[in-house]
Amino acid sequence: MEFFRNTNIDFLGRKWYFLTFSLIFSVAGIFSMLFWHGIPLGVEFRGGTRVYVKFTQTPNNDEIRALLLRAGLRTAGVQRYDKPEYNEVEIVLDQKETSEQDLDAGKKQIINALETNPVAGKDDLNNNDKIGFSAVRSALALRNPMPGAAPEEYDRIARQVLDFRDKQRGGVLKSIDELQGTVTPPVIDALKQSFYTSNFGGLSAQIVGPQVGAQLKQQATLAVGFSLLAMLVYLWFRFELIYGVAAVVAVFHDTLITIGAFSLTNQEITLTVIAAILTLVGYSMNDTIVVFDRIRENVKLMRRESLAEIVNRSINQTLSRTILTSGLTFLTVLSLFLFGGEVLHGFSFALVVGIVIGTYSSIAVAAPMLVAWQEWRSVRAGRGTVPLPAQAGKSKVRAKV
Amino acid sequence: MQKNLLSKTALIFGVLIVFLGGIFGIPKSLTKDGLKQAVADRIHLGLDLKGGTHLILQVMVNDAVNAQSDHAIELLKDELSKAKVAYADISKPDEKNQPERIVVKGVALDGGTQLRNIVTDHLPEFDVTGGTDNSWVLLMKATVLSSLKVRTVEQSIEAIRTRVDSLGVSEPVIQQNGLGENQILVQLPGVDDPGRVKTLLSSTARLELREALDRGTPYPTERAALEQHGGLLPPSTVLIHGKSRRGEADAVYIVSRTSVASGTDIRGADAGNKSDTNEPIVNFYLTAAAGKKFALFTGAHSKDSANPSNLAIVLDNNVITAPSINSQISDSGIIEGGFDEQHAKDLAMLLRSGALPASLHYLTESTVGPSLGADSINAGIKAATVGMLAVLIFMLVYYRGAGINANIALVLNLIILLGFMGFFSAVLTLPGIAGVILTVGMGVDSNVLIFERIREELRNGKAAAAAVDQGFNRAWTTILDTHVTTIVSALILFLVGTGPVSGFGLTLIFGLLANLFTAVFVSRVIFDAVLSRKGRGEALSI
Repeated sequence: MEFFRNTNIDFLGRKWYFLTFSLIFSVAGIFSMLFWHGIPLGVEFRGGTRVYVKFTQTPNNDEIRALLLRAGLRTAGVQRYDKPEYNEVEIVLDQKETSEQDLDAGKKQIINALETNPVAGKDDLNNNDKIGFSAVRSALALRNPMPGAAPEEYDRIARQVLDFRDKQRGGVLKSIDELQGTVTPPVIDALKQSFYTSNFGGLSAQIVGPQVGAQLKQQATLAVGFSLLAMLVYLWFRFELIYGVAAVVAVFHDTLITIGAFSLTNQEITLTVIAAILTLVGYSMNDTIVVFDRIRENVKLMRRESLAEIVNRSINQTLSRTILTSGLTFLTVLSLFLFGGEVLHGFSFALVVGIVIGTYSSIAVAAPMLVAWQEWRSVRAGRGTVPLPAQAGKSKVRAKV
Repeated sequence: MQKNLLSKTALIFGVLIVFLGGIFGIPKSLTKDGLKQAVADRIHLGLDLKGGTHLILQVMVNDAVNAQSDHAIELLKDELSKAKVAYADISKPDEKNQPERIVVKGVALDGGTQLRNIVTDHLPEFDVTGGTDNSWVLLMKATVLSSLKVRTVEQSIEAIRTRVDSLGVSEPVIQQNGLGENQILVQLPGVDDPGRVKTLLSSTARLELREALDRGTPYPTERAALEQHGGLLPPSTVLIHGKSRRGEADAVYIVSRTSVASGTDIRGADAGNKSDTNEPIVNFYLTAAAGKKFALFTGAHSKDSANPSNLAIVLDNNVITAPSINSQISDSGIIEGGFDEQHAKDLAMLLRSGALPASLHYLTESTVGPSLGADSINAGIKAATVGMLAVLIFMLVYYRGAGINANIALVLNLIILLGFMGFFSAVLTLPGIAGVILTVGMGVDSNVLIFERIREELRNGKAAAAAVDQGFNRAWTTILDTHVTTIVSALILFLVGTGPVSGFGLTLIFGLLANLFTAVFVSRVIFDAVLSRKGRGEALSI
């Protein structure tokens, strides 16, 4: 089987279309970043509280919002998390609710606000922030439902109760009676004397103080900047400065459009999204290098042709492997996007967008830039001399002829 | 040639066995469960998959510096009055930001030399310089200051470790975070009540035994307390808040400024029950030296003595109780604070583990609850399986015979990657799983580059063996360049990233390194083996 056999597409002739296409997407992204959604940073970068809560029945977001508002949490963002049948909700609080002195004040406020019918003198068995093994264990020891039992017996039962809550029911029990069949009736009665169940539980939380948020933001920006710089230096060393510049411009273009896509769709840029973007910086280089390697090889073989023809020929010759390599990686990333679950959603979204744009840009941005640079030089100097890597004699490793 | 091929094949099988060993170790049994257990023993799941809490704490090292400089001020005051040097005031002008700087104002003109001598003799950790207006500045030496800070962080880590151990958390991580930022990273896998654990870790747990004046009367407000003494506090006393005797309401006590005994004087503590009411209490035991001091104090202030007074039990600057002293006590005591059993146990544990040398603030908390972790791992495995199958099938259909070659290389690539992780006891995080999936996609890229080149050479009329040779040679430079760029960005991720992100970078680096071996070397050996069986001029399945 073979796709793209002996293609002969005039890529450089279409450079204005490409430029228009790239401009539309970059400018749309930039506009959204500046005037519409801004850059939607996750709590890890702006500081704040994010809490995931699981309910016993389908949650009503408006009701939750009203409960939080009543507790004075004005800016809380409430939205469904993951598949509807999981009954999970993501609640995001602004930085204002997060201080370094009392980091989890916001989380506690959320728990208290959602706790609609607390029972005096009893604890909420679903509150996994507070109620764990030791609380259940000491409640059992206090009520002593099995007189004469060895202390280890209560250890075992407490573990069973929590395993049932966390592993069988995903962290939230509809009622203590659900434990029937797991533990004996006297134990259930004892638990009922110490605990009640609310309609939510299974909390996960991510809380980032303002100081760390600013620190992480700086680190992420530096990391992306440094890896672009590292790419530039490496390609300069392996090819020529202009090749490095062209490749880095193309990758910067990819990064910009990917971040723009997050802004346009108003998805949060989390730490893992930054990881995806850094991966893209490295990976987008691959296609560009494949084309550049071929240009370097062809420059030696095709001495009569102009650079534009050489570049066009090289893109066509490598087209099938460019598409195939990206296509295969895209396949795995797509499977991650479709099946990888909610936690990796942003991460795989960045890769899906980035790999498509990265492949496009190595054909439509990086290679044409080489030609554009040469033309600009020859216009300026009257008759341009082109420092091609084969003649420059600078690169140490050359393709074998 | 044939012999060469044989030794290369042997090398590949050797590598395979070594890295399989990395994944499984030496399994106890070869059943399905036995192998599963063997893998679980070597490759650990990260917090995001297993559930648990990840915390970063800031050690407020200035607390420890303040304690040191407070001590120096007390000593200086004593020595100056002994030497009869007059001064107007000793203070720390900027306690918050520069707790290491003490200013002595209005020293008598002839007192300068004596002050200097006192500092050199008794406070060698300070430098003293004269200022304007007869004031003198004591500044803690830079080396002393930095080692004090380092020690404070180390002691905090020690105390946290003791507390975590006594909570029975398995495989915790407690270490310094970053460089010189006085931060501590704590990872607690499988903790099922993070709220309680967090409170326990950051409790300073500074227990002090002080004198409670006015026989331990709890006043409702600070004002009420002052009014008892005509609006002025008695000398050497302070106001401390706490609970009233009935338990709940906020109350104010007048207690002595200095303590009779404090945290470091405690040699043991345990939870128990009061003999008559069975109420949970905490017993504590003092060291011998502190016990003597405590006996003197309780003897002088017991109920029937000439100067009866109460004992204030102060925990983290909060009065827990202020009982009267029935008779002289030497080296042990009890704390009745209206605790439940859990609280009594927790407090005893905190007292045993020792006080923190400085207070701790939480900077970040990330808790993965029971519902998130389990879903994630299933989704990750599903995505990996689907992605891998798609790639394997595509390669088989598109390159036929050579596709088998690539697929063998790919599977070997995964085995080496997982083996690497096993050897380094790396932690598998959710982004790490994504890294494995990406390795599948990127790993096969190298084979595509080689195969496409071979096809091109074949089209140009080369014989199979020559085409394979050229294909590998020409694609090698490209493969090297593409791997270097991706590894560089993955390396930056590994170095800069924390937790899961760092794990992702590491997975990617291992995967790509392994890929250089599998896609280029192993693949080549398979081609050579296939070619050696074929006759001259026979076509290659690619």
